[in-house]
Amino acid sequence: MADNIDAKEIKLTAKDFASDQDVRWCPGCGNYSILAQVQRSFPDIGVKKENIVWVSGIGCSSRFPYYMNTYGFHGIHGRAPAIATGLKIARPDLSVWVATGDGDLLSIGGNHFIHACRKNIDLKVLLFNNRIYGLTKGQYSPTSEKGKITKSTPYGSVDYPFNPISLALGAEATFVARTIDREPKHMQEIIKRAAAHKGFAFVEVFQNCNIFNDGAYSLLTEKETKADNVVVLEHGKPLVFGKDNSKGIKLDGFKPVVVDLNDGRNSINDLWVHDDHDESPARAFILSQFTETPGLPTPIGVFRAIVKETYDEGIQTQIQRITEKKGKGDLKSLLYSGGTWEVN
Amino acid sequence: MEKEKTLGKEIQNLNEVTVRFAGDSGDGMQLTGTQFSDTTALVGNDLGTLPDYPAEIRAPAGTLYGVSGFQVHFSSNDIHTPGDTPDVLVAMNPAALKVNLKDLKQNGMIIANTDSFDSKNLKMAGYNSNPLEDGSLSNYKLYPVPITSLTSNALKESTLTTKEITRCKNFFALGLSYWLFNRPLEPTLKWIKDKFAKRPEIAEANTIALKAGYYFGDSTEIFTTRYQIEPAHLPKGIYRNISGNEAIALGFITASLKSNLPLFLGSYPITPASDILHYLSLFKNYGVKTFQAEDEIAGITAAIGAAYGGSLAITTTSGPGMALKTEGMGLAVMTELPLVIINIQRGGPSTGLPTKTEQADLFQAIFGRNGEAPIPVLATSTPSNCFYMSLEAARIAIKYMTPVILLSDGYIANGTEPWRLPKVEEIPDMPVKFATEKDGFAPYARNENLARPWALPGTPGLEHRIGGLEKAHITGNVSYDPENHEFMVRLRAQRIQNIQNDIPDLEVVGDPEGELLVLGWGGTYGAITEAVTKARKERLKVSQAHLKYLFPMPKNTKDVLKRFKKILIPELNLGQLATVVKAQFLVEPVSLTKIKGLPFKTSEIYGKIKEILGGGNGR
Repeated sequence: MADNIDAKEIKLTAKDFASDQDVRWCPGCGNYSILAQVQRSFPDIGVKKENIVWVSGIGCSSRFPYYMNTYGFHGIHGRAPAIATGLKIARPDLSVWVATGDGDLLSIGGNHFIHACRKNIDLKVLLFNNRIYGLTKGQYSPTSEKGKITKSTPYGSVDYPFNPISLALGAEATFVARTIDREPKHMQEIIKRAAAHKGFAFVEVFQNCNIFNDGAYSLLTEKETKADNVVVLEHGKPLVFGKDNSKGIKLDGFKPVVVDLNDGRNSINDLWVHDDHDESPARAFILSQFTETPGLPTPIGVFRAIVKETYDEGIQTQIQRITEKKGKGDLKSLLYSGGTWEVN
Repeated sequence: MEKEKTLGKEIQNLNEVTVRFAGDSGDGMQLTGTQFSDTTALVGNDLGTLPDYPAEIRAPAGTLYGVSGFQVHFSSNDIHTPGDTPDVLVAMNPAALKVNLKDLKQNGMIIANTDSFDSKNLKMAGYNSNPLEDGSLSNYKLYPVPITSLTSNALKESTLTTKEITRCKNFFALGLSYWLFNRPLEPTLKWIKDKFAKRPEIAEANTIALKAGYYFGDSTEIFTTRYQIEPAHLPKGIYRNISGNEAIALGFITASLKSNLPLFLGSYPITPASDILHYLSLFKNYGVKTFQAEDEIAGITAAIGAAYGGSLAITTTSGPGMALKTEGMGLAVMTELPLVIINIQRGGPSTGLPTKTEQADLFQAIFGRNGEAPIPVLATSTPSNCFYMSLEAARIAIKYMTPVILLSDGYIANGTEPWRLPKVEEIPDMPVKFATEKDGFAPYARNENLARPWALPGTPGLEHRIGGLEKAHITGNVSYDPENHEFMVRLRAQRIQNIQNDIPDLEVVGDPEGELLVLGWGGTYGAITEAVTKARKERLKVSQAHLKYLFPMPKNTKDVLKRFKKILIPELNLGQLATVVKAQFLVEPVSLTKIKGLPFKTSEIYGKIKEILGGGNGR
């Protein structure tokens, strides 16, 4: 963005971001939509494609870099945030993106994820959450619902899942958002906002695995049920959802309550107005817990977007400050320091 | 030995002395030892040091397992070890005496802090009676000194608390040692001033304690003799005292400047490697970026990310951390990125002996990865050699686009020696050429070294993808083709094997052929050198060779080994190099092993040489 506008520069299109590799996900996989929305959004994020790097771990999601005509690094299981962190520290000029899945990021890579969040390193992480292990053919994942019957849990899983949004908020991520593979426009909007965020940006994408966990999000994607089960978060706007926007959510203390806007008892002015810049993560956390509360719709959109110094900036600033104070180091003074003596 | 009298005290000239400072882990013995070594270096002696401390930071006072020691060997001759047996033991409490007495030379000198020899401490050390009084130390020269109370007396005007005053006693002991061995106080006085700049009252107290110790030696009648060790006849040049870990840090900063690549360290704190992270984090004005990662795995994978971005990337660790980095090393092999993995070995397996030295990670370094994953393995031999091997590791990594493992160990890492500084212009440049041309670019094309191009993100037109899946030759696309896989496995192996043509030959010290070759690697260098030197002075037919490149080995290695009737390999493990040498060269070496968490003594290796060449058949 910092570059002067070059008259000869031609605006890129989605096609420019497609690599020459055949896409090898199963037909009908939600990943196709994610790839398409990324390719459609990227011409608008204002970064030259040679300055973009996609880093991934292991899993279906992690094949993503091969399909993007940018720089790419297909890493090892769970380590994408760490590889990306090293790259971003070394090269703050690059726009570094991570494609990852629920097993990759929240199981084997959980530690790297929370530390990337807390450091506020300027990475963009897209979590393809299908609540199942796809590449290893159908074991339950850390986001599978309790009681999930899979190959590795034939009698149902007995552990509780992670709520990725709650986890990211708890780990102090500065940008936390959610979108759905079947909402292309919404996804493009969220990707662009993540790209514009200075700092760690976490985007959970509900993604359907039509082979091993088909219909995981059908309540949120099917025409008949979607309106009553999804609330779209928009900064500065009240939480309204339902057919004809007939329902709203108000906050009763810490407790979100669904109200009928047509019964005369509540008006739109009584509703919770979303503020994604709120310094406190408390309300964003309450929003993140909607999915755990029967009767409440699933929020999509930006839960939180606050600005604070990034880790990579902090490192640069410190290097500059110390260099100004001590002067740029040279080899002779490096070696010939400490107590030296001469032997004649 | 010459004797002369000045000011009523006799001065005796000695060629070499070994002093061991020992006390509770909270007594400041490491500091005392370090200061004594640094001053000793400045007066021009050759020296070697051995810190030996428990893993507990502050073990309960007075216990045997809480004893911390620091040994300094200094001489007017060229020396290579911290000394086998101390001539002088400074024991700050009964436990320190008990633990260290067995190592002391017969008729050696004991300076004991009598104040701490009370019934409680004696009991904790397992003494039934006070050894300072019961005659059990009659074979030694015992100098009882009430160090604690003399320190308190000297500081009776001080505003510090009693506890703080007591803590100054190590400076009293240091001052006394300076007097005894005729060393100047100035370097330590300056150090105190700088170190405690923000606590002038502490600086003053330590200064007073140091001087009090010195003057005590001068005025007391207990000591009748002082010792003088003339400066060593070292080669001309400018010297500094250096530890292995410090030398590694300096080595990689130097490599960064000589290659014009920014230095990136990804690391997780672990004993005894953390000091490299500490040192490097000081050098921000050299553009060094240090990343203290959330774990060992993030340490190496962040370094891999930085290497991809064009940094000179390194990661530092010790055995258990090395185990965790294994998968990352495989990724670096597959993505063919330059990276140096530094393992400061310690006693294993598992958590093992964190503060003790061992050489038992050689198999892990050469073989410890899934798949055919060859990585060059280099090993340091002395503290100052760490500098040069770091340059070598960086050179090979960059030139061959490969991860390189650099092995050091706790003994070298914490040990110090005088280092004759190289002239900066004599250190060769390490030119790096990044790929920039779009025409003909392929991510897995090969140059004359079989290295692939280093194409940095940000370069227009060279957008490409790398990763851990098998790569197709040239294009770097994912490939499951059987022929391609075999081709790539062989190519990666050949690329590493070719490094053999780019490293110095294995050098033999002594006769180029004969009865016995002592073959070593790593930190055994000093003890082997002294043992072989001693044996050769006695005309035993023994030579020495030290491997700094363990994989691949120098191409003349086989020739060298075949020229000797017997090969002795001393190692601090169960015979790992011996096994590798047997397998590679079909020779039958004699293995001398030691697994005590301590380095070899010269006498142990010398004894084995005598045993092998015994009966006069080696003469």
